Amino acid sequence: MNGARIRVLVGKPGLDGHDRGAKVVAASLRDAGMEVVYTGLHRTPEQLVDAAEQEDVDVIGLSILSGSHMELLPQVRERLRAKGLDHILLIAGGIIPEDDAEELQAKGYAQVFGPGSSTADIVAFIQNTLNHQS
Amino acid sequence: MAPSLRSDETCASLEAGLRAGEIGALARAISWAENQHADVMLLLNAFQSQVGRAWRTGVTGPPGGGKSTLVDALVRSWHASARKPALLAVDPSSPLTGGALLGDRVRLDRSVEETDVYVRSMANRGSLGGLSRAAGMAADFCDAAGYDEIVLETVGVGQAEVDIASASDVTVVVLTPASGDGVQAMKAGLMEIGDVFIVNKADLDGADRLKHEIETMLELRASQENLPEVLTCSALQGVGMDEVVQAIERRRQTEEASGLLKTRREQRAMDRVQRLVRDDLRQRVWSEAGMADTARTLLADGRHPDCVAQDLIRQVFHALKTQGDFS
Repeated sequence: MNGARIRVLVGKPGLDGHDRGAKVVAASLRDAGMEVVYTGLHRTPEQLVDAAEQEDVDVIGLSILSGSHMELLPQVRERLRAKGLDHILLIAGGIIPEDDAEELQAKGYAQVFGPGSSTADIVAFIQNTLNHQS
Repeated sequence: MAPSLRSDETCASLEAGLRAGEIGALARAISWAENQHADVMLLLNAFQSQVGRAWRTGVTGPPGGGKSTLVDALVRSWHASARKPALLAVDPSSPLTGGALLGDRVRLDRSVEETDVYVRSMANRGSLGGLSRAAGMAADFCDAAGYDEIVLETVGVGQAEVDIASASDVTVVVLTPASGDGVQAMKAGLMEIGDVFIVNKADLDGADRLKHEIETMLELRASQENLPEVLTCSALQGVGMDEVVQAIERRRQTEEASGLLKTRREQRAMDRVQRLVRDDLRQRVWSEAGMADTARTLLADGRHPDCVAQDLIRQVFHALKTQGDFS
């Protein structure tokens, strides 16, 4: 078990009370050989970015169901830029309408996984983007 | 190969970042340790003379005993008294896929995340002693970056995973009233390495009884010098936490006064040398010296596995004597 492993922070920004989706994704990434840091419910964009820096993750995956994605998700992107953490692959999932997803992608989200996305697609997207064997 | 684009990163830039206490540099240095980066020894060497300033506190115990909650309370307490804490929390890697779910941050109070406490979740990556191979190095880097209270939290352990004892100055063993009876308390392993014993979840029935059983076990020790203290607390409710912090502090003073701390730190250095030599030798002998093929051939001849192992060891030492090198 030597060599680099893909490290992913899975986080829930905002006031959602449900994290089943985030946990399903976290378990899938774990089963694909990644090291997943799960930060739990009710995190602010600041906490998530600070945690990502301390944990030296390669990927941040944010799950959001509350409708406040257009408020919170761009804040994460901005804070990453401000801290010089642009290299981190940023993806999101949850209840996010297509128009909003496009806007988020224009703002620096590599991919937005809406309802019905398969976990295999999420795993493949991360692995292909990082071009990394794990 | 690191997956992300960090092309400007060098040993010198990380060294400078660590000296400046930059969180990003510390985070990368720990990744170098975890990934066995080619230059990690060079980086470690740059701080040789500075490492050893910080206190290292190990927290261990069975799964679900409240280690993370207790650690959270400890870290907050030290932060409040103007110390600079760093937390290294180890969780298990899957032996099947190598993946890991690192969940210690879920237990962290927000006040920890919002202060300048450094928190790193580490997967054990196949190490069986409760820590990860990189944990000692990670602690050294935290020390180098100016953190003076380093907490090492192990995976949830059974009875025999005791690497923490040689990685820390003071080892705190966290148990709960559900941890078992007096006979469990007398067993070897975990119950021998505690410098402070904590019965957490003291609001549950049986906490005082377990405390008494641990004390009875300690009374049976051959040496009655520097016996560990046994305390009850409820980390979640914050009951008894001041006393826990004070007990750790008293233990440090005892260790310093008795010379035990010096012995322990010398032993720690020796243990690390032994462990790294053992791990590297195993890996090199197995992968570079073609031992796996030899073993398969001998087994196919119908030899007993234990005898095959003895044969291989003889071959390694023979090669060492005759060639001075077996690669």
